[in-house]
Amino acid sequence: MYAQMVETGSKGVRDLESMSDQERAFQERVDADIKIEAKNWMPEAYRKTLIRQISQHAHSEIVGMLPEGNWVTRAPSLKRKLQLMAKIQDEAGHGLYLYSAMETLGADRDEEVQKMHEGKAKYSSIFNYPTLNWADMGTIGWLVDGAAIVNQVPLQRTSYGPYARAMIRVCKEESFHQRQGYEILLHMMTHGNEAQKAMVQDSINRFWWPVLMMFGPSDANSPNSAQSMAWKIKRHSNDELRQRFIDQTIPQLQILGCTVPDPDLKYNEETGHWEFGDIEWSEFYEVLKGNGPCNKERVAQRKKAIDEGAWVREAAVAYAKKKQQRNAA
Amino acid sequence: MTRYDDLTELLLQLGDSAMVQAQRLCELVGGAPALEEEVALMNVGLDLVGQARNWLEYAAERINDGRTADDLVFLRDSSDYCNLLLVELPNGDFGVTIAKQFLFDSWHYAMLQSLSGSSDERIAAVATKSFKEVTYHLRRSSEWVKRLGDGTDESHQRMQAAIDQVWHYSFEFSMPTEHLAALEAEGVFPAASTVHERWSETVKAVLSEATLTQPEAAARNYLSGREGLHTESLGYILAEMQFLPRAYPDANW
Repeated sequence: MYAQMVETGSKGVRDLESMSDQERAFQERVDADIKIEAKNWMPEAYRKTLIRQISQHAHSEIVGMLPEGNWVTRAPSLKRKLQLMAKIQDEAGHGLYLYSAMETLGADRDEEVQKMHEGKAKYSSIFNYPTLNWADMGTIGWLVDGAAIVNQVPLQRTSYGPYARAMIRVCKEESFHQRQGYEILLHMMTHGNEAQKAMVQDSINRFWWPVLMMFGPSDANSPNSAQSMAWKIKRHSNDELRQRFIDQTIPQLQILGCTVPDPDLKYNEETGHWEFGDIEWSEFYEVLKGNGPCNKERVAQRKKAIDEGAWVREAAVAYAKKKQQRNAA
Repeated sequence: MTRYDDLTELLLQLGDSAMVQAQRLCELVGGAPALEEEVALMNVGLDLVGQARNWLEYAAERINDGRTADDLVFLRDSSDYCNLLLVELPNGDFGVTIAKQFLFDSWHYAMLQSLSGSSDERIAAVATKSFKEVTYHLRRSSEWVKRLGDGTDESHQRMQAAIDQVWHYSFEFSMPTEHLAALEAEGVFPAASTVHERWSETVKAVLSEATLTQPEAAARNYLSGREGLHTESLGYILAEMQFLPRAYPDANW
């Protein structure tokens, strides 16, 4: 999940009777699963929440390029290099159309990016973990993109039209990345040497818990979920999505012949679900606050790119103006 | 370094230049001045790695000692790399990145334009496909040279400084071409002897429109990428790019 703990500014979900006519008409439209479009009236809190969620999602795509950029210069074969470069390109593309979807709500891309650089806007906690071996390129595809897909598939039906439509394209590409990531790991496990197999297990060990944290805190500690669900910005609870992810992932883990670092993991025959141990939520909150292993480096790297590129963007604007004037003359 | 026949060396020069240029682009992930450029950098890079693979597969078949295109990329040392020196230079600021890309693209364009008409069907096919891609690369980098050259005062100064800085390495585009004469005569590399002239025309037109001053023709500096005599940068590029296959020689990725 690339959007975590998105603030809705709501103290509780209101019922239809206590709403103004405009608000009621809006809520009824949402309840009837009719998409809200950019030009439709919407409550200010809905608009702001969506800007926060979509920008967070877009920031995550962009910051998410950095852990992969760390290995793209060291990809071990032409095939793997091409795959990783294409994946990074897709992510930049996802960032672009998510920012565009966000701009339909009246927000400005540069301003929202600035907020992220100032630590006022978040991106997914997962990208604050380092990529330490090549298998991480597989694990990010398989587990990180896998977790993102579990969250994003329902978002294809989210109430805001431009966001829902962006998600349809994003999901298609993410599914491809996930299969590709899994194939990287499976190949290492079935055709690799002992060192490669150890890389895969090490990678899963490091990413497992942070990936489960991607879904956000337990429903009991998720103060914004109810409002987001009423607005259909969110369609399932954090715990529900996390469980869905674990249930689909463990069989794949078994095919790999790997384990996850959770001694409490066990299958419940009655419920048909995998039960798992307690998540260390203090780590999640610390990472979100900026105290993860790579928070400072990730933000600094993004800020440096944008700051150092200022003269380039200014030149492009100046040149476009000159050209316009010449054409007009 | 190991010497091969003229055609194989040409294939290595094309493949290695594309590969090293792409590797430098990979270093820029997350560092572009705008998001649109992140997409463009990987787009160009992907084309170049694809081209490198095509040229090096053919080179590997001709060398015929059991090595694959991957082996050529990941297991040769710098003295066996035949890339242009220009592409191995560090990225520098965006002005230098663009100056390198533009000079490379304009040479690449002239080369592929000729090779598209090669009597060697395989070369003609790869060149024709690559030429389409490089036409876009050249359009993009030319646009950036113009934007930066004719943008603000600062960008003009930076772009001029960038051209001046890397221009020196354009001497390789006009290196003596006797080794290409036979290929030209055979029709394998038609119009090989006019590549430099056509490159020069493109550069002149773009720099002029960009209000930039074209430096004087670059003199030889006693290095030669084609002969495996490189700058000090290439060793570091290869150390990074080849790390995994060298550290785990029996691995299968």
